[in-house]
Amino acid sequence: MRAPRWPVWLLVLLALAAELLPLPAAMQPLRPAWTTMVVIYWALMWPGRFGVFSAFLVGLCVDVAHGSLLGQHALSLSLLAYLVVRLHLQLRVFPLWQLTLSVFALMFIEAFVLLWIDGATGRAEFGPGRWGPVVAAALLWPALMAAMDRVRERLERRDSSFA
Amino acid sequence: MSPFPSSADSEGRAYRNASPGLRFFLTASLALALMFLDHRGIYLAQVRAYLGAAMYPLQIAIDSPSAGLDWVRENLARRKTLQAENAALRSQSLTNRAELQRLAALQAENARFRALLDSKTRVSNRVVVAEILAVDMDPLRHRVILNKGGREGVIEGQALIDAMGVVGQITRDQGDSAEAILITDPDHAVPIEVVRNGLRSIAVGTGDLERLSLPFLTRNADIKAGDLLITSGLGGTFPPGYPVGTVTAVDGSSGDAFLEIAARPAANLDRLHEVLLVFLQPGSAATPAPAPGQPPPLVASPPVEAAAPSPATETPPLVTATPNADTPPAAAVEPVPVPEPEPVPVPMPMPEEVQE
Repeated sequence: MRAPRWPVWLLVLLALAAELLPLPAAMQPLRPAWTTMVVIYWALMWPGRFGVFSAFLVGLCVDVAHGSLLGQHALSLSLLAYLVVRLHLQLRVFPLWQLTLSVFALMFIEAFVLLWIDGATGRAEFGPGRWGPVVAAALLWPALMAAMDRVRERLERRDSSFA
Repeated sequence: MSPFPSSADSEGRAYRNASPGLRFFLTASLALALMFLDHRGIYLAQVRAYLGAAMYPLQIAIDSPSAGLDWVRENLARRKTLQAENAALRSQSLTNRAELQRLAALQAENARFRALLDSKTRVSNRVVVAEILAVDMDPLRHRVILNKGGREGVIEGQALIDAMGVVGQITRDQGDSAEAILITDPDHAVPIEVVRNGLRSIAVGTGDLERLSLPFLTRNADIKAGDLLITSGLGGTFPPGYPVGTVTAVDGSSGDAFLEIAARPAANLDRLHEVLLVFLQPGSAATPAPAPGQPPPLVASPPVEAAAPSPATETPPLVTATPNADTPPAAAVEPVPVPEPEPVPVPMPMPEEVQE
């Protein structure tokens, strides 16, 4: 029996909601990029089930939710998922601190793609709102991974294909 | 040791079938095509409206805690607080009404003067209250979601104000909800004029909720800190006469041809909860003028001019407020066939600012 997929998407939805949650204006530049983290996590752990296409769908949702250019986050997140899926075997054997650094680098690349698209459409901006979420997400990565590992292990225990 | 339990692995199955590279190629080309179409604003407007409408339940869900908190606060408020609030509101309403009486008289007077000067009367606009959902959008942009959409008559480009001043305008209508852009968004510009001397310019958003910038005024422009900026009505989106902000700093030291002017928005943009959607009345000064060359319609303005002075003459208490209010309304209606001196709204009035 295979584990159901809906918990994966539920977590994606929660991440999306966390990104829209109102925060005081001073905190906004430090809002972690939740969806980016969740996409990295699933692409890293379950590359066979959550890959480039799924990341593309998540990206479209982010675009609609943020009101950004349609396809902008779709492109950046599918690039991110592609990189993670390609590198997942190497990334997984890293010790935690090294993995966190790699995740930071990957998210930086993703943010750079977004900046590049913003620049091409004439809205480039180098505020704290651009890099703050990346830094905050990298700092939160170990905690997020510990929490998501629990969910994943519970799902995998029910899944005969992992046994 | 590695933090990853080497669980029976996932690199096995499905993704070997189609290589991630091929998948990425497909999604990237699709994303690029979408971005191209969306940026050009073709084909996708309707799609975006539907997608936005699909997002609305999630936004409602995110808004619900704060809405629920408000509801609880309102329902559990003590009788005493409610009474106090009620009394305060009543006295405020009384003061407001008194002010409004004076305003009506002034408006009538103004209409007469404008008629004497052969210029067109400005009419008041109808407004509808909309609530802003407690949803944060893109941190780099200042967009908000309103709980009213096309079904309640909201249209794209409609102006938003709050009790203090101009807030922004509607950018996307999603049926039950609408997306709006605030005046402080870096993509937004609002045509303004300085109340003190009628100097016109454009206030551009900076991405900072507390700051607007006026980049198109030359060094010899007569503007100083403390000047009140109001909408000029040029461009046709914003009705004229609403406060936009106050100039906070004028910096001419950069050796540039243009001044660096910062202004603070009049509206409470960081504490927005409810906004007013302005419906422009037909015939108001802010409606886009007909094609240049063709004479503007005169029918729209005379009834307004005729109607405006009447409250002043009908309600006796107002007469005491202004000595001129007892002038018969006929005096105001007299110069009815006014040639319209209102300039054709220029989309970008910036060049003439540059020249001066």
